[in-house]
Amino acid sequence: MKITTPASAGTMESGDIMIEIESSDQREVEVVLKSSVANEFGKQIVATIRNAVEEFGLEYAVINAVDKGALDCTIRARVAAACQRATSSTAFDWGKNA
Amino acid sequence: MTQDQAFYTALNALNKAAYVPGENPRLYDKDPVPLKNRMARENKIVESLEKAVELSGLQNGMTISFHHHFRDGDHIVNLVMDTLARMGFRDLRLAPSSLSDVHAPLIQHIKNGVISHIETSGCRGALAKAVSQGLMDDPMVFRSHGGRAAAIEEDEIHIDVAFLGASSCDPFGNANGYSREGEEKSMCGSLGYARVDAQYADSVIVLTDNIVGYPNVPFGISQRLVDYIVCVDDVGDASKIMTGATRFSTNPHDLMIAEMTSNVIVHSGYFYEGFSLQTGSGGASLAVTRFLREAMIEKNIHASFALGGITGAMVKLLEEGLVSRLLDVQSFDLDAAQSLKNNRFHQQIDANYYANPYRRGAAVNQLDVVVLSALEVDTSFNVNVLTGSDGVIRGAVGGHPDTAAGASLAIVVCPLMRGRMPCVRDHVNTIVTPGNTVDVLVTDQGIAVNPRRPEVAERLEKAHLKVTPIEELARRAERITGKPDPLPFGDKVVGICTYRDGSVLDLIRNLT
Amino acid sequence: MSRLRRSMLFVPGNNPGMMSDAHIYGSDALMFDLEDSVTLREKDAARLLVYHALKTIHYGDCERVVRVNPLSTPFGKADIEAMVAAGAQVIRLPKTETAQDILDMEAEIERAEKQFGIPIGQTRMMAAIEGALGVVNAYAIATASPRLVAIALGAEDYCANLKTSRSLEGSELLYARGAIVVAARAARIDCIDTVFSDVNNEDQLIKETQAIKQLGFDGKSVINPRQIKPVHRVFTPTQKEIAKANRILAASREAEARGSGVVALDGKMIDRPVVIRAERTLELAYASRAVFEEDEV
Repeated sequence: MKITTPASAGTMESGDIMIEIESSDQREVEVVLKSSVANEFGKQIVATIRNAVEEFGLEYAVINAVDKGALDCTIRARVAAACQRATSSTAFDWGKNA
Repeated sequence: MTQDQAFYTALNALNKAAYVPGENPRLYDKDPVPLKNRMARENKIVESLEKAVELSGLQNGMTISFHHHFRDGDHIVNLVMDTLARMGFRDLRLAPSSLSDVHAPLIQHIKNGVISHIETSGCRGALAKAVSQGLMDDPMVFRSHGGRAAAIEEDEIHIDVAFLGASSCDPFGNANGYSREGEEKSMCGSLGYARVDAQYADSVIVLTDNIVGYPNVPFGISQRLVDYIVCVDDVGDASKIMTGATRFSTNPHDLMIAEMTSNVIVHSGYFYEGFSLQTGSGGASLAVTRFLREAMIEKNIHASFALGGITGAMVKLLEEGLVSRLLDVQSFDLDAAQSLKNNRFHQQIDANYYANPYRRGAAVNQLDVVVLSALEVDTSFNVNVLTGSDGVIRGAVGGHPDTAAGASLAIVVCPLMRGRMPCVRDHVNTIVTPGNTVDVLVTDQGIAVNPRRPEVAERLEKAHLKVTPIEELARRAERITGKPDPLPFGDKVVGICTYRDGSVLDLIRNLT
Repeated sequence: MSRLRRSMLFVPGNNPGMMSDAHIYGSDALMFDLEDSVTLREKDAARLLVYHALKTIHYGDCERVVRVNPLSTPFGKADIEAMVAAGAQVIRLPKTETAQDILDMEAEIERAEKQFGIPIGQTRMMAAIEGALGVVNAYAIATASPRLVAIALGAEDYCANLKTSRSLEGSELLYARGAIVVAARAARIDCIDTVFSDVNNEDQLIKETQAIKQLGFDGKSVINPRQIKPVHRVFTPTQKEIAKANRILAASREAEARGSGVVALDGKMIDRPVVIRAERTLELAYASRAVFEEDEV
């Protein structure tokens, strides 16, 4: 799957996370995170974002994330939405155990 | 008897001196000038703050104090510190009753060596952040309101000069947190914290923007305690000192917690005719009043007194006859300040009367129930109201440990999580109130009772209020938010959190 | 007694803040919305958000209802797939007009259940009637599928459809309300009334809830947690009603013990329907925790 256009999902509301995704020249998933709970959950948030991007099936991407205290399930949902929009695909494996 | 030789011989034998008019320089001559002229000529008003400072005998290294009744609208601390800096003072030790966002300019004075040490109940904003990052060499010492008052009374804190702002003051120093004449520019109600400083400081300077006629009675601060008076343009910004009645929260989490807390109180065994109560000043802890009032009306129960931290909500109960008296060490809104001014059953009290830890009669010891807010609570029921979950100083100790220790039932209210931050956890960042004085925790996802109070848990269970072990609440929070990583604290001690008697509860370290 | 549906709290589907703890307010049901509260551009994001929330968050005893987009929109099919896979307990179909609408949706639900290994028939349905045609077809809709647990009234669209406006006393809704209650009872399912949108007017909320309870409704949709307690209070029997119900049942048991078919209380004859109503009052009282078995003497 390839990123055809930069895309974003999520808002700056409390409890949400704004995810912006675009294609990357590097062969990796790069995550830049700004978070109100960076010290306490920064590592976990980055790991969750990476994980969600990989699960979607993308290998290279640049993710800019602005977090306002989102729970993991919200992070996954926003990443999936951004990935869908960036790859112009509607595929999502609903049956997979989250 | 006739003042003849025998008179003087007898005096001699008694070793006493005779009265000679005009001889004793300490006595004032009789003055036929009318009062209005006399007062204009001789009073305690000094032409400038600089002059007052000179007269007070302030030296480098001495301790100065302020009150925080003007809250975030205070102008006094910054005005005085700017003046002292200009006059070249150094190494001053500050003992304000608390500090607020507006006191950020102190950062510069600390950097320039004007201030070397601070003892306070709380600290916020840019100053707090700077202190958390290691601005000061000496750690900031935090005390409760009762702890500070006792330390002053026992001379552990020796205040050399107290700078006390007042909303009105007469030429001889009777000062109040409201005014009965002239423009009411900066009403603050009770001067409870200031009264202790006025009583014990070596030199007391009152700063006011409103000189009123003599005598300004009833007084908050007696003229007998005041040495000098300085007129300033504005003691504070009225809009930031206080506004109209504090509104009840409409946040659904707060309302849920408040209603549950009211139910806990009703079934706790401490809800009886003549009970006594203190609540917090905002959020869920204030909203408890709204629900408890309904229960009081329904069951025809009246409170003998409410203590605080007084807000318009409590004033309403007083005026409705649901509470008989209010004891007020600090007024939180204009309704409370007005009531203090006009209602003789709304009594101004000082911080020692309120919460001195060594006096059995202190008002906090007469409380049945206190409802307190919290930033975090741990599984030993220790409470943090001072540092945020990010480790930065951002609040105040206030009367938290005083009221928890004094009340028969101390209830702490707190949501289970704030956003992604768990508020019920294994360890709090800073222990401000020790768990052995905290009896009940009410969150939006359950009620926990300290195992030290099994009889309270039993009463709640009997009333079909489910009690959850606090460890389970902590686990539930962690399951939802994930386990937070430890904060990047350094080795430097930037704050010392003391208990009411000055012993150390916890240390605050710098954030790298 | 079947599940209580006194209150159904509306949770907008694109708002993560509200979603994480919507259950703490104690409503009987939660309705996660993918339809009118979500803009067209965010339908995909909301679907993912609700999916992940339902799979991860434990919502206690609240019934988990999701309002999906109609199958006539580009979103409906994917909504149903996602919500069935996520384990939603009830799928709510908006703007239901005919029994065929129910059958079409049921087919999609069954397909998704098969695809994701969910027991066929486990996902229930709720039909929202929001127009004149739906009211006319209320009984057909209510009996169209054994999966249906309730039919509900959506007043805003209904009034627009009727070419009239909403009023406080609600005369414009009288027929629809009556029709929906009757259809629900005939089909032996629940009926739920529309939202009351003025969050600050608790007095009027209580008045309206009392009126629709009198009409026979089982519950009401709410849009703010503050509305839950007042609505529950209306649907909870008072201590007086409970005491009376106890007395009626005692009299009924006593007559049975005597071998008599005539039940009498305070010199008056009690008909069978009154006894049945008393039984239901007590059931409701226990279910809504107005009384507790362990407190009985």
